[in-house]
Amino acid sequence: MPSLKSFKLRINSVKSTRKITSAMKMVAAAKLRRAQQSAEAARPYSERMRRMVSGLAAGQAGMPGAPKLLAGTGRDQVHLLIPCTADRGLCGALNSSIVRDTRRLAQELIAQGHTVKFLPVGRKGRDVLKRDFGSQIAGEFTGIGRKGVRYAEAAPVAEKIVELFAAGEFDVATLIFNRFKSAMTQVVTRQQVVPFPLPEAAETASGPRAVPIFEPDEGKILGELLPRNLAVQTFQALLESAASEQGARMTAMDSATRNAGDMIDRLTLKYNRTRQANITKELIEIISGAEAL
Amino acid sequence: MPATIVFDLVTPERLLKSEPVEMVVVPGTEGDMGVLPGHSLLIGMVRPGEIVIFENGKPSERIFVAGGFVDIAPERCTVLTEEAIPLTEIPRPEAEARLARAREALSDAATDAAKAEAERRVHVAETLLARAP
Repeated sequence: MPSLKSFKLRINSVKSTRKITSAMKMVAAAKLRRAQQSAEAARPYSERMRRMVSGLAAGQAGMPGAPKLLAGTGRDQVHLLIPCTADRGLCGALNSSIVRDTRRLAQELIAQGHTVKFLPVGRKGRDVLKRDFGSQIAGEFTGIGRKGVRYAEAAPVAEKIVELFAAGEFDVATLIFNRFKSAMTQVVTRQQVVPFPLPEAAETASGPRAVPIFEPDEGKILGELLPRNLAVQTFQALLESAASEQGARMTAMDSATRNAGDMIDRLTLKYNRTRQANITKELIEIISGAEAL
Repeated sequence: MPATIVFDLVTPERLLKSEPVEMVVVPGTEGDMGVLPGHSLLIGMVRPGEIVIFENGKPSERIFVAGGFVDIAPERCTVLTEEAIPLTEIPRPEAEARLARAREALSDAATDAAKAEAERRVHVAETLLARAP
């Protein structure tokens, strides 16, 4: 039978674990609120940007001189996957579900005869993907959003994408990230960013719209707008992914705290039973000793 | 015709300003544009410079923007910019440091794309410094 002391030690160790997990939960909750706020604050920009690009793109898409970021290279041989994961763990299945989806998509594409490259954002995804597809990693970004995601941190990622595209390294780029739904649920989302997906016909055909003046000309604006739009899309994805990370961590730490509580209860019960058993045993020894006299 | 036009100033991080104004002057790449209520539809590019908001016929607020885009409709004027700082809040030393950093990036630039980007940054920093109090 384990001694009382060993029970006491285990209870104490689980208690300190519970303290840590509940502190982490609280920190995650505070960070989640901030991350959610900044994700919401960023929405107007990306919405207006998307509206502007869609309006311009609809007119330019069919033109022969349309920018490459919009029209694509005309092939879809090489795919670039950009999985956005967290830098740190202890947040449930958040990172592994991104990695799983990335891997599945990559295998599908490879099975169809495409070439796949990766540009992982976030340490966790990079570590796992490097093991499996080490030679196909085109670049990596880590340490983003340590103090809340800033636009200045997202811009280099987009610049890298544009640079790779200009160098003809890939034909289609897809972001894979966790879309924040609530603190409990995050949805793994694939979003094609290059070439720019044209809006649904219904969205563009919302009645005859007056043709605006362009200053300078449409092509030039679009040429500037598309890389910016890419940066904004990336920024939005990173914000969503940061909010998801905190939400997932909060949920994971909440259940860890609860499990630790359950374990403490169980151990305490066992501890008390053992203590009682010891007392009974000692009593029996004393009584039988007295009777023997 | 309404006497005011809604002016929205949006950065990637948040909606900075959304209020009715009498007139706003936007630094377009082809020249400054005074936007009054009832302006015709226009989509344009913005160069680094200052946006001036007019109230009662007088400039009431000046905001530095690092370039971007403007989308004008008769009742609304939206400026999308990556960075916007009210002119009263530009610290001079910071603006100087920024120009130095941008110049450094320019001398380090290896590719044409990096060079163009660095030149843009130098230009933004110069414009900012010129307006710092």
